[in-house]
Amino acid sequence: MSVKNDTIKFSDELTKFIMEWKEKPGNLIMILHKVQEEFGYIPRDAADKVSEMIKVPLAKIYGVITFYHFFKLTKPGDFNIQVCMGTACYLKGGDGLIEEIESLLGIKTNEVTKDGKFSIEAVRCVGCCGLAPVLVVGEEVFGKVTKDQLPGIISKFN
Amino acid sequence: MSTVQMKINGNPVEVPADYTLLAAAKMVNVNIPTLCYHPDLPAWAACGICVVKLENSPKMVRACATPVAEGMSIITHDPELHQIRKTVLELILSTHPNSCLTCGRNGSCELQRLAAEFGIREQPYEIRLKDLPKDDSTPSIVLNPEKCINCGRCAIVCQQVQGVWALEFVGRGDGTVIAPAANLTLDDSPCIKCGQCSAHCPVGAIFEKDQTRNFLNAVNDEKKHVVVQIAPAVRVAIGEGFDTDPGCVCTKKTYAALRRLGADAVFDTNFAADLTIMEEGSELVQRLTEGSGPLPQITSCCPAWTDYMEKYYYDMIPNFSTAKSPMMMQGAMTKTYYAEKANVDPKDIFSVAIMPCTAKKYEITRDDNMFASGQQDVDLVLTTRELIRLIKASGIDFKMLPDEDADSPIGEYAGAGTIFGNTGGVMEAAIRTAYALVTGEEMENYDIEAVRGMDGVRRGVVDFKGTPVKVAVAHGMGNVKELLDEVRAARDAGEEPPYHFIEVMACRGGCIAGGGQPYATTDEIRERRIAGLYADDKASEVRCSHQNPAITKIYSDFLGAPLSEKSHHLLHTTYQPRPLYKK
Repeated sequence: MSVKNDTIKFSDELTKFIMEWKEKPGNLIMILHKVQEEFGYIPRDAADKVSEMIKVPLAKIYGVITFYHFFKLTKPGDFNIQVCMGTACYLKGGDGLIEEIESLLGIKTNEVTKDGKFSIEAVRCVGCCGLAPVLVVGEEVFGKVTKDQLPGIISKFN
Repeated sequence: MSTVQMKINGNPVEVPADYTLLAAAKMVNVNIPTLCYHPDLPAWAACGICVVKLENSPKMVRACATPVAEGMSIITHDPELHQIRKTVLELILSTHPNSCLTCGRNGSCELQRLAAEFGIREQPYEIRLKDLPKDDSTPSIVLNPEKCINCGRCAIVCQQVQGVWALEFVGRGDGTVIAPAANLTLDDSPCIKCGQCSAHCPVGAIFEKDQTRNFLNAVNDEKKHVVVQIAPAVRVAIGEGFDTDPGCVCTKKTYAALRRLGADAVFDTNFAADLTIMEEGSELVQRLTEGSGPLPQITSCCPAWTDYMEKYYYDMIPNFSTAKSPMMMQGAMTKTYYAEKANVDPKDIFSVAIMPCTAKKYEITRDDNMFASGQQDVDLVLTTRELIRLIKASGIDFKMLPDEDADSPIGEYAGAGTIFGNTGGVMEAAIRTAYALVTGEEMENYDIEAVRGMDGVRRGVVDFKGTPVKVAVAHGMGNVKELLDEVRAARDAGEEPPYHFIEVMACRGGCIAGGGQPYATTDEIRERRIAGLYADDKASEVRCSHQNPAITKIYSDFLGAPLSEKSHHLLHTTYQPRPLYKK
């Protein structure tokens, strides 16, 4: 039981999904995926609400969220720049791209710009090593990226 | 029981089929070193120090988590295994601060002992210490993640044994820390302060909040009249700090030690346990005969349990006995009745409680009812472990102390009071008195076997001369769910309650294995401490709380009668729903 107030609204679709998965094994990760799809990250209130709905301790939810890189605890920027750090991209200079983006945006990896527009994230292999080094913004994939292309890519979303 | 034939270091052995390699080796007196493994807990196989070799296989397996099998042949010790174990230790030490001399576990640390046994003399690996803040947010325990070796015992005991889920593995890989959810402190988490994490931690990463200095300051202050009470469970465990056998009843030496430490008066919480039975027993009889409150009545003397109930089962508040814990009753009587008798200003009294429990440090200020005398009724709680340290540091040869008696008028106790320290004991003590209150007669046999034992949940029926009284006992916080869900279901369905009286203690075995007791508690030690308390009960001239002359006297001189207005004011409390997470 919890005496906490209900402070966050889930969409009907999300609620329905959670109720559908409530009793199934492996439900927690499926549900957290869906929550992140809705909010872009896992807000604390959402974690509380999931805990209440499927009767899983909040600590366990945080154990899972913090274990998997995929789950985020803070709201990413409107445009989350994911720079691939898989083996191929790393060898082709992925880390150099990150440094350059950090200096262009004035934030560090896993931070969000003040206007909430951009965030930077280092990710594992995105599965198109032939295009290394790769970065992903939203749904859009940029391949064979060089440092001097970066201002152009960023301004595209600005 | 089925068995298997196997070989350990070349020697054929027959071992039970459900044993692990670790248990099988132990059976033939081969000790495989362990660090993350604890006999109270399911094997977690985190540290890797218990690896053994399997014959005809290049693989090494962890003895703590590998079951035996027919025809298996294992090597537990050889030079290669020795080197591997040493490397495991060196790797752990490369992330562990080298601060043994100033660590609370100096001398009782399991990592330190292994490092000594393996003759670690240097640290070959790059030192990579964690830089993380301490969590000293609760009044009970301190979490120091810098010393944590991620063995997982604390999280497993918190989750699987206690069912509290305050602690969890947060993060992954070498960034893993054991902490509450959402970057919160323990005080903001569901932590019930039971301290089982601190009792199971092999190193100094979780530790009771040491307040021995407060005690020394109080006895050093001439204006302070220092009054000390000792809890039932302390007497059968304190001796372990001085190499006596677990379960040795050291009541009178503990009184003597406290006087030598500077206490002005030494009382016994067992007296207040008898008082609790008078109040709680009368409350039960009222509920049974007059329907003054819902049934079952549930015991409330365990502060960790009370905290758990207020967070997880607050719909059961009406079922909770309003009687305070013996410690708080003793505190209230110390600063009222005793102060009056001894002609001491309650403001000058410094009331100390020696407890087997870390949650008791929280209980003394849990709400306004803990200030019933007009002052804080109990000023300081020291755990058994803290008292042992104090006695040692004060140069007292505990074993050579003479036997001394407690002071009057709140020191005398019945056998019923002493068994408050073990699972089933409060129930047994209550039945002895409730039987007399209901039937007007004494029981023929005071030993109530139905509620004794170590099963996590025990149910029994006691015949009150034709009226069956249904009782249940749970210990180990995680076991209470089963009983309470039964009660909830019956209540919600409008059915008869399945029980009349339920006893709950948060720690496995009861207070004798509380979070503040000497380290290395196992079921074997629990049973010996419990046997000590039953022996103390059996040896008591008076076995029932209502027969304790000091109890009769306090009612005639001061309180009037059980559940009187004065009793209610001083000896009873209230409960409130609390959120699992404060933030």
